[in-house]
Amino acid sequence: MEKVLMKGNEAIAESAIRAGGLCYFCYPLTPQSEVAEYLARRMPEVGGAYLQAESEVAVANMVYGAAGAGARAWSTSSSPGISLMEEGISYIAASELPAVFVNIVRTGPGLGGILPSQGDYFQAVKGGGHGDYRCLVLAPSSVQEAVDMMPLAFDRADRYRNPVMVIGDGMIGQMMEPVEFKEPKFPPLPPKDWATTGAKGRKPNVVNSLYLDPKAEERLNNVLAAKYEKMKREEVRFEEYNTDKPYRVLLVAYGTTARICKTAIEKLDAEGIPVALLRPISLFPFPEAKVLELGRKAEFLLSVEMSMGQMVEDVHCAMGHEKPVYFFGRSGGIVPSPEEVVDAVKSRLEGGKS
Amino acid sequence: MKALFKRPEALADVVTHYCPGCTHGIAHRLIAEVIDELGLREKTVGIAPVGCSVLAFNYFNMDFQQAAHGRAPALATGIKRARPDLICFTYQGDGDLASIGMAEIIHAANRGEKFTVVFINNAVYGMTGGQMAPTTMPGQVTTTSPKGRDVDDVGYPIRMCELLTSLRTPGFIERVAVHTPQQVVKARRVLKTAFELQRDNKCFTFVEVLSTCPTNWGMTPFEATKWLQEHMVPYYPVQNFKKFEEAPEVNIQTAAEPAKEA
Amino acid sequence: MAKVFKVTIEKNRCKGCGLCPNACPKQVLEMSKEINDKGYFYSQVVNLPACIGCRFCAFMCPDVAISIEQEEAA
Repeated sequence: MEKVLMKGNEAIAESAIRAGGLCYFCYPLTPQSEVAEYLARRMPEVGGAYLQAESEVAVANMVYGAAGAGARAWSTSSSPGISLMEEGISYIAASELPAVFVNIVRTGPGLGGILPSQGDYFQAVKGGGHGDYRCLVLAPSSVQEAVDMMPLAFDRADRYRNPVMVIGDGMIGQMMEPVEFKEPKFPPLPPKDWATTGAKGRKPNVVNSLYLDPKAEERLNNVLAAKYEKMKREEVRFEEYNTDKPYRVLLVAYGTTARICKTAIEKLDAEGIPVALLRPISLFPFPEAKVLELGRKAEFLLSVEMSMGQMVEDVHCAMGHEKPVYFFGRSGGIVPSPEEVVDAVKSRLEGGKS
Repeated sequence: MKALFKRPEALADVVTHYCPGCTHGIAHRLIAEVIDELGLREKTVGIAPVGCSVLAFNYFNMDFQQAAHGRAPALATGIKRARPDLICFTYQGDGDLASIGMAEIIHAANRGEKFTVVFINNAVYGMTGGQMAPTTMPGQVTTTSPKGRDVDDVGYPIRMCELLTSLRTPGFIERVAVHTPQQVVKARRVLKTAFELQRDNKCFTFVEVLSTCPTNWGMTPFEATKWLQEHMVPYYPVQNFKKFEEAPEVNIQTAAEPAKEA
Repeated sequence: MAKVFKVTIEKNRCKGCGLCPNACPKQVLEMSKEINDKGYFYSQVVNLPACIGCRFCAFMCPDVAISIEQEEAA
């Protein structure tokens, strides 16, 4: 299969189309507008539906409507736009609809800046919208990984009837890397006999999240919770790096930050300081068992993020009181350099606290 | 015996939660009658708003989606873009359509999305207990305008038909009322025209229905019909604003075929 | 010959809103002094022979509590 050099945003768009994501609604927002621009041209070529909506609020609700009618509907946005979509995402989860959202994270809070960030971890993983629901959250660290994640995201959205969020950052969206478009096979999915396709020869279907009766509302919440328990059993994904020999420090980092950490690990290795990395690929479900297992073998853990420290709280949760958990990060869109990560490790090894 | 009037098939055989004399019941029935007459029940998806009619999905015998407040036109857009073969209508009240959903309705109308909007204008927010709406009349007392709507403070009521008529795209816009039997007959005809236009894939169709809210207006249902005639009709004229004319082809992109089952 | 109409009001569907007697041009309907299962003073037919089959009552009933039939001509 040939490799093509593509910009992340465009590669994600192409991969989604090939995965059957033929119903795309969007609103321009830096740094992901190229997805919309690419699809404005490409979607008609493949006979899909493309629409630039009046706002991200509208986008999420268009995704809801189309998904409710049985389509593989999806959208992309960036942090402030995702905030606007969170109303719709809560409704989508509560109505048990499949949908895929891609967040190309920029800095915040508020209007923020357009440079890369990982400051939406809480929003993605801990709900984002109101109520007891989760998204399945996947974090690519390369354009190829983002490409591979799109068919997986659509499959899991349909399989769980739940929103799936692929969370990248401005680097993933903007940089160009060689990619191949594989065609993964998945087990067959059940038919969407719940969709509003017209009540011909059957009772009417209702796509709804209103449950005024407390018993019915609790029943729905239990149904949703069961999905998330199943995700915790079956959808944990991670990469471990340099764990095949003893290490003194465990770095925990996702997305592009993990690549920086790998370079830092090489530099530390050259100085005789063995360090390993755990790269969560699924942020929800979080690989807590793996964090604990690998963290126990280290003197301390260091969560490295392009934020003020969000995933570090989940690392703390996973480790309990067993080992110290520290945080190092930069914000503002400043990408930490491998040297800064090296210094962060060394300063804590020499007894300084974060 | 020949049946001259009976319950339409598209209306579920249940008792609604609506207040006595609430004209939602009439509007629901007219939609169901028209859907039956045009044979569209098995391919129609209705969209319920947030408001008194939030439970509309229980009252119709067809597929329904529940929308977030104001977002029904966005849901309808999603449905029609994914499945242009389906008939889709939104059913929305004052707050849903003219307040929180103002952006969604204007843009769906402006894009010419080919669904039908039924806008229930009763000049107040019913479900939440009678607060002021964008359509509340000047001087009208509500729970959030206890001294009457003060136009110097919050402006005049919004006339949605007139507002949407300023857009070039939308094809069919008409205001009707359901406070007298004669108006009910006319309203039914207008709704039928709107659904026929959608059936024939012609244009965006918008029907505003002047309605009563006896409970929150603080009067009997019959008194409410009189109040509507005296106070609302002069400000919200019952008339057609736009009749569909074949316009130059506007290529609206939709999915080439209906979305396949995954 | 005179047309004969049959107006049936489902007593327990009626919410006593009073729109139908006001809509009727022939005083066929009146609100009862008794209450139904819901506690409403329901509408009832008091003068069926006066009915002209205009269906105004049914048009105005928000609860589809009224059905109207016409006797076929002999």
